[in-house]
Amino acid sequence: MIQSLSPKAKTAGLAGILALAMTGLGFAAVPLYDLFCRVTGFGGTTQRYDAAAAAAEPEILSQTMSVRFDANVSPELPWRFYPEHPRDTVSIGARDMAIFIAENNSAAPVVGTASFNVTPTQAGKYFTKIQCFCFTEQRLEPGQQMRMPVLFFVDPAILDDPDARDVQEITLSYTFHPVDGGKKAS
Amino acid sequence: MTDIAVTAPAHGHADHAHDHDHDTPGFFVRWFMSTNHKDIGTLYLIFAIVAGIVGGVLSGMMRLELAEPGVQYLGGWAEMLGGAGDEVAGKHFWNVMITAHGLIMVFFMVMPAMIGGFGNWFVPLMIGAPDMAFPRMNNISFWLTFVAFIMLVGSMFVPGGSGLGAGTGWTVYAPLSTSGSAGPAVDMAIFSLHLAGAASILGAINFITTIFNMRAPGMTLHKMPLFVWSVLVTAFLLLLALPVLAAAITMLLTDRNFGTTFYDAAGGGDPVLYQHLFWFFGHPEVYIMILPGFGIVSQIISTFSRKPVFGYLGMAYAMVAIGVVGFIVWAHHMFTVGMSVNLKMYFTAATMVIAVPTGIKIFSWIATMWGGSMSFKTPMVWSLGFIFMFTVGGVTGVVLANGGVDTALHDTYYVVAHFHYVLSLGAVFSLFAGFYYWFPKMSGRMYNEFLGQLHFWIFFIGVNVLFFPQHFLGQQGMPRRYPDYPDAYAFWHLISSYGYVIMGVGVLIFFANILWSLVAGKKAADNPWGEGATTLEWTLSSPPPFHQFNELPRIA
Repeated sequence: MIQSLSPKAKTAGLAGILALAMTGLGFAAVPLYDLFCRVTGFGGTTQRYDAAAAAAEPEILSQTMSVRFDANVSPELPWRFYPEHPRDTVSIGARDMAIFIAENNSAAPVVGTASFNVTPTQAGKYFTKIQCFCFTEQRLEPGQQMRMPVLFFVDPAILDDPDARDVQEITLSYTFHPVDGGKKAS
Repeated sequence: MTDIAVTAPAHGHADHAHDHDHDTPGFFVRWFMSTNHKDIGTLYLIFAIVAGIVGGVLSGMMRLELAEPGVQYLGGWAEMLGGAGDEVAGKHFWNVMITAHGLIMVFFMVMPAMIGGFGNWFVPLMIGAPDMAFPRMNNISFWLTFVAFIMLVGSMFVPGGSGLGAGTGWTVYAPLSTSGSAGPAVDMAIFSLHLAGAASILGAINFITTIFNMRAPGMTLHKMPLFVWSVLVTAFLLLLALPVLAAAITMLLTDRNFGTTFYDAAGGGDPVLYQHLFWFFGHPEVYIMILPGFGIVSQIISTFSRKPVFGYLGMAYAMVAIGVVGFIVWAHHMFTVGMSVNLKMYFTAATMVIAVPTGIKIFSWIATMWGGSMSFKTPMVWSLGFIFMFTVGGVTGVVLANGGVDTALHDTYYVVAHFHYVLSLGAVFSLFAGFYYWFPKMSGRMYNEFLGQLHFWIFFIGVNVLFFPQHFLGQQGMPRRYPDYPDAYAFWHLISSYGYVIMGVGVLIFFANILWSLVAGKKAADNPWGEGATTLEWTLSSPPPFHQFNELPRIA
């Protein structure tokens, strides 16, 4: 037994390292999954327009896309939140602005942040936001109403994607959540 | 398996006499501080039987509730366990039962029996090793598993949201398991999984080290019995899959208790990430449960056909292939979360590829029997039952692998029928086969052949009556995890519950057989199975001496 102790320890050590590496991979899945969703538009993750990286302004096509706007509020947030117009029709490639309106119904200032995605999920890769209230946290004083714009366009490349080119309508959905301490504020 | 010619030093009675030179440990030291692989294996088997009774009683309660439409018993049961007796608490108790049944059967019945029980008992014997590589770590593994089980059972008696106990399903999906289940029950269940996982990882390291470093001279990897191969592949699956589960459920814990938002969209997380992580573990887990069964069945078919296994290398590497491919098919458990067509096509195709190595195994077993001198002893009929059941479950698995079909059948009783055919019938049949096959070796007494055969036939009829109608229920749209259903499903649900009763009678015969055999069974010979049993454990006495292979056997 004693003379074989060292190879045994070696095997066990390697196996232990393997287990630790897999644990690390399990946790590393969190940022990797996030990155994966951003890059591929997986699960309806929308794209963010980067003026520096974009080669050229997208071409504006004659085809149109219907865009529906959906607004939700987490139960812990004492806000009212709704789109100014529930639906819009845009030319593919053209910039469009949608207005969302949020009101703080409580007696205290509340900070909220919005999560977002689009359906159908395969359109996420082609729904590009230039400017959005969802990129930053929003603070509303008691009773304050705020008009919040989203500037977006639908990438013409959507027409070249066999999975997405039959999409006639995209729904853009937001859900406002309280930020740290939001629960206490309500 | 290759024929193994052994030039072994004299075993048996000489070794047995040698035993008395050592201090034979007293009862407490022997069973509670055990470092002997055979004793730990026995402990694991007893533990698995006890856990199997608990999990089996839970399923009996569920079949009783499901025998008729409407909710008859749940409120009363919830009240008996100290909860409220209203409808909400009753239905929560239903969720607790499905959760506990699943977790107990997976983590505390099948895995301890296959890996902890038969693995511990026979891996060292089959490779000609005196014991496991790390006997004390082996002891830790067992007692961690034991504490994990106590933790899980204990979680049923503390608040878990809308009633007592963790009602999350064995998958513990967020957000039901995070914001949906207030109270300590889910924390306890998660901690129980941590402990059971740690125990299995330690066990896996132990098996890998034992198999790589402690084989007897001449026992090359390609001469190892297929059961050892199956445990080796299983150990690697455990080592690669369980840490990911540990990470996933650790993040559940921090989401529940420390305000993180890994699985909460409010903070930029995604509940679907949990599903990916869970099934990255969960799919290899189903192979962890079945691969040692493949190994057991290979030994038995070969023994009772009096032939070496057909295509030994193909059989060994088919298991390796199943293990490898098992890691890249996980999303077929979540076809309905919103995946693109291309992704579904990939996971459909990759899943179906697994049918190839599995088919190699099924056909090689049949080819082993072909032209063999077969005898239909109890272990053999259980193995044949295994092949039949596993093939039925495998066929419905190929059906479910189709992303399009799965959209309709996802979370229906069709899925329930599928995984009970491969696990409850596949894995459990191989466990019974292994138990009867090695019972003479482990206990030194023969089981009762008549009771063994009776057990098989009644159990076989029972489980088929129990689970086959669930295919019909699923195709008609009966969702899983519900205590109630419309009248349209009443007929097949009632038949299914009758099936449970028949199966229960079979299990009672099993216990009668164990008791009878331990008390009055004939003394078993060193090798009761004759020339077909060629592996090293049959060269030892029955039961084997407390310490074996003090002088290593040489494999020619």
